[in-house]
Amino acid sequence: MSDLGELYQQVILDHNRNPRNFKRIESANRKAEGNNPLCGDRIQLYVLLEGDTITDIGFQMPQGSGCAISKASASLMTDAVKGKTAADAETMFQLFRDMLSGGTNAPGKLAVFSGVRAFPSRIKCANLAWHALHAALQNSAEPVTTESARDF
Amino acid sequence: MLDTARIRPDFPILLQKENGRRLVYLDNAATSQKPRKVIDAIVHYYSFHNANVHRGAYALAVEATEAYEAARTAVARFVNAWAREGVVFTRGTTESINLVAASWGRTNVKRGDTVVVTAMDHHSNIVPWQILCQEKGATIRMVEITEDGRIDLSDFGRALEAKPKIVAFPYVSNSLGTVNPAAQLSKLAHAAGAVTVVDGAQSSPHLRVDVQTIDCDFYALSGHKMLAPMGSGALVAKPALLDAMPPYHGGGEMIERVWDDRSTWNKIPHKFEGGTPNVEAAVGLGAAIAYLEQLGMEKIAAHEQELARLTIERLSQIEGVTVYGPRDHRAGVVPFTYGDIHPHDLATILDRDGVCIRAGHHCTQPLMRRLGVAATARASFYIYNDVDDIDALVIAVRKAGDLFGVSPSPISIPQ
Repeated sequence: MSDLGELYQQVILDHNRNPRNFKRIESANRKAEGNNPLCGDRIQLYVLLEGDTITDIGFQMPQGSGCAISKASASLMTDAVKGKTAADAETMFQLFRDMLSGGTNAPGKLAVFSGVRAFPSRIKCANLAWHALHAALQNSAEPVTTESARDF
Repeated sequence: MLDTARIRPDFPILLQKENGRRLVYLDNAATSQKPRKVIDAIVHYYSFHNANVHRGAYALAVEATEAYEAARTAVARFVNAWAREGVVFTRGTTESINLVAASWGRTNVKRGDTVVVTAMDHHSNIVPWQILCQEKGATIRMVEITEDGRIDLSDFGRALEAKPKIVAFPYVSNSLGTVNPAAQLSKLAHAAGAVTVVDGAQSSPHLRVDVQTIDCDFYALSGHKMLAPMGSGALVAKPALLDAMPPYHGGGEMIERVWDDRSTWNKIPHKFEGGTPNVEAAVGLGAAIAYLEQLGMEKIAAHEQELARLTIERLSQIEGVTVYGPRDHRAGVVPFTYGDIHPHDLATILDRDGVCIRAGHHCTQPLMRRLGVAATARASFYIYNDVDDIDALVIAVRKAGDLFGVSPSPISIPQ
């Protein structure tokens, strides 16, 4: 169970059970939808970007609750980027991706996802929310899917 | 029950360890493992008989053609086809259904017509019809399912009132395991004037199939779910229908004469087999059928139904587990959810114990919407599975519950 314990750390199980910022934001000025067509999971991300700062962020997983990894990742992501600049959020995304592709651990709580590296089939789950955030910050109208981004 | 202690050593992959444990392969509805005899048949074909078929004037080409055509005869006998000319080799069920949609469908479906499918169909028996209907300005009518996961016969009857051109349904549901009353459905559809297309992907590996008794018009099957290689499969059809249909793919092999500006077509089934066929796949399929027939399809069906019954019984004892599908008339497919644990997490945890199951929508998104879930976990059985596999599954599911501290309330998703 040791690598499963690494994957499903208490922080992840907690954020899965009690996701933070699990809300729709009516005043959001940036939105994005992320799809993982392999498992049917979907995330809707709402961002309130004021100037260059993410002043509020929320997400919902409309058709199904999302797996523990994708939901906890979305939850921890929203906590991590709230109050940060868009550029800082993009940097965090890069560090997060680097971690999952074998690099050093991402800063702060995001490091709890380092265990996902040992489960290649679950990397897309961990990345889904971040790709949605990237799309929202780019103001991209197209939903992102885990099958269109090569580095998922 | 089948003697799995004698069957398992025939499958090289089952002898290897998965995460240091006995491989417990319970994803047979996705694809089956291959016995040594099938692997050997392919190796033997390439080692001793390989040549292009239906054209060589030399002995080797004759041998290759004989091997290919012997496989056609085997498929015809296996499903009791109307004639061996009514067996068209394809890449599998998906291509078989696309062939019918593109050829029979394009010729016969007109603006305003209706094509009937069911809410338990696999995407491969939905999307080709959607494409056809969008092209023709025709309508798709999806028949609802009952609470316990059967085709709703009263809704089926209402759908037939539109006098559909085509009625498509699965013999066995890949997501629920339901064994549908194929002969009854086909008879009702014929009375309404439709042709029937049966998705046989999940029935051919597991049941004694007799297309003449079902009396459908088209029957599609995949080899890879019944011990044969990926890329093997067939469309089995009434020869008169195939005769009247235009070709699907143009190319070599499917023609009689080619003029500068037009061509005439070869006889069936070759009219639908343009290009060099996958002879290796056909040979492998023939070997797979020989293996299955030696075990006996009735015994296989009984074996899997018993495994499914035991699995449902034991999973149902775990608080928070919900099993989907009917209680009877079901094949060896057991879809389930466990409290609020997402099926993907369940599959990951089971995989660590060497237990391979499928998690997701199983290419049946319309069905998932009706069940009110985004995904299910699915255990599906075949000839090499036994009670030890069920033990491993149940132990691993309980472990997942311990890890997640499962809440007994099932996942509930608004429609």
